[in-house]
Amino acid sequence: MQHGKYRFIVGFLALPLGLYALFVVWPFIQSIYYSFTDWTGLSPEFKMVGFDNYSRMLDDDIFWKSLQHSLLFALLLPVVTIGLALFFAFMINVGGRKRKNGPVITGVRGSSFYKIVYFFPQVLSIAIVALLFAFAYNPDSGALNSLLRGIGLDDVQPLWLGDPDLALWAVMAVLVWSTVGFFVVLFSAGMASIPAEMYEAALLDGANRVTTFFRVTLPLLWDTVQSGWVYMGILALGAESFAVVQIMTTGPGGPDYSTTVMVLYVYQKAFRDGQAAYATTIGVALLVVTLAFAAVVMRLGRRERLEY
Amino acid sequence: MKTTETPAPLPAESGAPITKTDVRPPAPPKEKKEGTVLNVFSHGVLVIWAFMVVMPLLWAVMTSFKDDRSIFSSPWSLPDSLHFDNWSRAWTQANMSDYFLNTVLVVGGSLIGTLVLGSMAAYVLARFEFPGNRFIYYLFIGGMSFPIMLALVPLFYVVNNMGLLNTIHGLILVYIAYSLPFTVFFLTAFFRTLPTSIAEAAFVDGASHSRTFFQIMLPMAKPGLISVGIFNFLGQWNQYMLPTVLNTDPDKRVLTQGLVQLAVSQGYKGDWSGLFAGLVMAMLPVLAAYIIFQRQVVQGLTAGALK
Repeated sequence: MQHGKYRFIVGFLALPLGLYALFVVWPFIQSIYYSFTDWTGLSPEFKMVGFDNYSRMLDDDIFWKSLQHSLLFALLLPVVTIGLALFFAFMINVGGRKRKNGPVITGVRGSSFYKIVYFFPQVLSIAIVALLFAFAYNPDSGALNSLLRGIGLDDVQPLWLGDPDLALWAVMAVLVWSTVGFFVVLFSAGMASIPAEMYEAALLDGANRVTTFFRVTLPLLWDTVQSGWVYMGILALGAESFAVVQIMTTGPGGPDYSTTVMVLYVYQKAFRDGQAAYATTIGVALLVVTLAFAAVVMRLGRRERLEY
Repeated sequence: MKTTETPAPLPAESGAPITKTDVRPPAPPKEKKEGTVLNVFSHGVLVIWAFMVVMPLLWAVMTSFKDDRSIFSSPWSLPDSLHFDNWSRAWTQANMSDYFLNTVLVVGGSLIGTLVLGSMAAYVLARFEFPGNRFIYYLFIGGMSFPIMLALVPLFYVVNNMGLLNTIHGLILVYIAYSLPFTVFFLTAFFRTLPTSIAEAAFVDGASHSRTFFQIMLPMAKPGLISVGIFNFLGQWNQYMLPTVLNTDPDKRVLTQGLVQLAVSQGYKGDWSGLFAGLVMAMLPVLAAYIIFQRQVVQGLTAGALK
């Protein structure tokens, strides 16, 4: 298969690689370069300023706030989402009642119904989800507070997104709501491929369901959990958190910078404040955080691979 | 089977499953107890979450049929009559029709482009040995874990200098470029699983490399193309960050942007019912497509993570 091989390779790679290099790779390289300049983004002139942007960033209170929130997103969201999803997936696949002559371990009835419904938010745009919940959180006429009034809790009327102590949690809840279903379906597929003999053996040895989960299901599912963890963390640091914070919160990022995240701060500095160079500096910090997060999860999660 | 498909009666009556099992031929009661308690508990938990997922969506549908006054005075009441005028107002006056058209154009163009370019690159990377193969592969893969926002700041000016800012074709090119990492990753793995013998036979019979690719390999890769196509379709249809930065012309807005803009402007006009109609309008086609192609959608979206 040598004839014309290189001409073919070049011909097939030129267009995709060229497009990718121009719109993805080149801007990434540029932005690291710009972080050492005083470029405003508004005029083509700029000069090198060394590490000025970086030292400015270290003194910037809002940067530290957004870093703190982003870290909270990256650490807490995967834990909550994946924890809930594992629990639901286990209930769907193992929580069923034993039927006569059936296998020892069974899924609940209607398991496919649950999987279909849980997956709904995954196909919706995060922008639509964010808009919907912004209305649900409205303190006067939103669905949540009127529900609370409806069940007699007239005194409990939180401001939700208007309350600096509550806003960040309200935003995070939306991200959990919209991503749990994806992981339920993902883990269900993994659990379904675990052979039934494994469960039977564990039950014969007298293990209860909790032990079965931690000693059989979770170890065999570990690879999927780990890659899901990295995936969720990258989403929580990047595009998803940008959309929910930008759409839902006042400011955006408010009240009082209580919900600002790094990816939003990059956007605001570049396209609202005309400080493109400083924005890329924060972007570089975001890159470092993202890569460090992925490295830590992969490292901590390394275990002996179980074959079955 | 039927009783569990309708989730309503489950959480309240915990005694029900026991009486039901008593009707059946007797089995040893001891081992059944743990199973029954667990069964009721797991159904209870699952029903609650299903409820929490569906309620906000139903609430949005319901609200889209109400008039503005009752949206605020009683958010949970049923609409007094079905206000279809909300929907027609959203479609015509609030430009939803334009947003739909723009989105269809952008997603249509970029989906085809992503699949063609992605499968070309993936095929070469999967099937041919040449210096730099691994480097190019990891260059593509690396794009999956980098924060896109970092590149967007210079990208805005790159796109602007090329005269592509606020154009549909500019947006299409950018969508393709940012969809390539996952597409190449997924399809490279897929092409590796296909047998080599058929392509070799075609080649011996005198077919050129590109003919072998288009006439033999692409049809064989159809399942993989469908999975990755669904993944990209949803990702591009729902894309919010890229158009927010690169597409600021009001006439070129895509659906997600348009809705967010609508939410801001309706705040001044007070037409909340129209906004909800717009939201539901954007939500329903995707949900309907998901329910119809449920198996393929789930496969397409989870395939990457299972790899």
